[in-house]
Amino acid sequence: MTDKRAELRTPPEATIIHPPSAISSFLPVLHLRSRVLQAIRRWFGEHDFIEVETPVRLAAPALELHINAEPAGDRFLRTSPELHMKRLMAAGAPRIFQMGPCFRRGERGSRHNPEYTMLEWYRVDAGYAEVLMDTKMLLLAVAREVKGTTELTYQGRPLALAPFWERLTVAEAFLRWAGWDPTKVYDADRFDFDLVEKVEPRLPREVPVILTDYPAAAAALSRRKPDNSAVAERWELYLGGLEIANAYSELTDPVEQRARFAECAAARAAAGRPVYPLDEDFLAELGRMPPTGGIALGVDRLVMILADLATLDDLLPFRE
Amino acid sequence: MYSASDLRKGLKIEMDGVPYDIVEYEFYRPGKGQAMYKCRIRNLLNGNVTDKTFREVDGIGEPNLEEREMQYSYNDGEHFVFLENRTYEQITLNPEVLGDQKYFLTEDMTVKVLFHNDRAIVVTLPSYVEKKIISTEPGARGDTATNVTKAAKIDTGYEIRVPLFINEGDLVRIDTRNGAYAERVTKK
Repeated sequence: MTDKRAELRTPPEATIIHPPSAISSFLPVLHLRSRVLQAIRRWFGEHDFIEVETPVRLAAPALELHINAEPAGDRFLRTSPELHMKRLMAAGAPRIFQMGPCFRRGERGSRHNPEYTMLEWYRVDAGYAEVLMDTKMLLLAVAREVKGTTELTYQGRPLALAPFWERLTVAEAFLRWAGWDPTKVYDADRFDFDLVEKVEPRLPREVPVILTDYPAAAAALSRRKPDNSAVAERWELYLGGLEIANAYSELTDPVEQRARFAECAAARAAAGRPVYPLDEDFLAELGRMPPTGGIALGVDRLVMILADLATLDDLLPFRE
Repeated sequence: MYSASDLRKGLKIEMDGVPYDIVEYEFYRPGKGQAMYKCRIRNLLNGNVTDKTFREVDGIGEPNLEEREMQYSYNDGEHFVFLENRTYEQITLNPEVLGDQKYFLTEDMTVKVLFHNDRAIVVTLPSYVEKKIISTEPGARGDTATNVTKAAKIDTGYEIRVPLFINEGDLVRIDTRNGAYAERVTKK
């Protein structure tokens, strides 16, 4: 059509995500997803991790400035299982993993769904570097088992899971593509905006990318780097440009953790968002948690990569 | 003012005095960061489409828009004149505002006119209009295939693709939203 203005008159059409007749077309993807879940469980079993299940309904969900919990009666659906899993680590568990549903209010987009499957694992006497090794081994094992290869194709571009993973510090990436260093002077608004508009679109897609060493202010539950307290030991994994996982050297200092929660609660109140009660049991036990590396990995997005799907609409048969 | 969480497909917003409508909308929240709303927006004045990312903290302008029903009256050779029946208010529009819609107007047709700050910017016709084919190659008799098309002209001079079985003098229904042939009209 040559008449651009004619587009203006087109009324917005109603969107039907998946009519009932389309559900059967999801069966092959569900099969692949099932094999991914089995491969993940097998890998953790072989590496002496215990699978745990922790509460889904929480009185005190973790305080994060930008993550909103879905109310469920007098409680909240978990946005992450991390506080209970850390209590298990504080109680002496050496290696634990959990794979189950998490819920985030209002998050719906082609890469977000208000409920999704999270894989979290924690390893004792470890930090974010050890968890990176776990992640590499896990993803290679899963890809080999499910796809028979670590040479993937995602949305028409090659994605080689081995042997090389690109590692970029946040400072390097921002200096290169956004022209400033958020670990020197942090500006939260500008950080998020430039991350989405300038950095993420330019990350390499042919290899896994680790964006690492975040400004401490952008990592509420992670340990600061011993040699640079402005930087937190946090990394994020990107596959094919898609953010897949977030890892921490976990913060084990209950005093600093309480202070960060309080700061976050104040910021949430100032932004007019609900403020959740502090999890006092978690804070009381955190001091007993040994040095621990932890990570949360989005299983739905990982399956999107392995199944070469562009959006969650192609993955989830019962999409709201 | 709208806030970013009001954004959705079809919402009309204003930036720098220009009204836009949101054609595509995507929620995105990076890592632990704030929500972003990646939008594809269409300039309601010229139809141009651009990308714009809004942050949760961004206030977004609400355009002063009003839609009124008016009747098409006549074309003075250059401009198109519409009347509001109730008030007898008259507006005169340049052909550019109408685009290809100008070929589908008929006398007394009721249209919806969108005003931005009292200036008419978009005219929406009924979704379907009936027009007579004034010229086309003769069709193959008995050929009822609809996937093979040929050129035809309607009485206002607009060119359209029609199935082979359409002949000169036939009445056809045209979808004004995309300017395409919809079906043949058989008058009983």
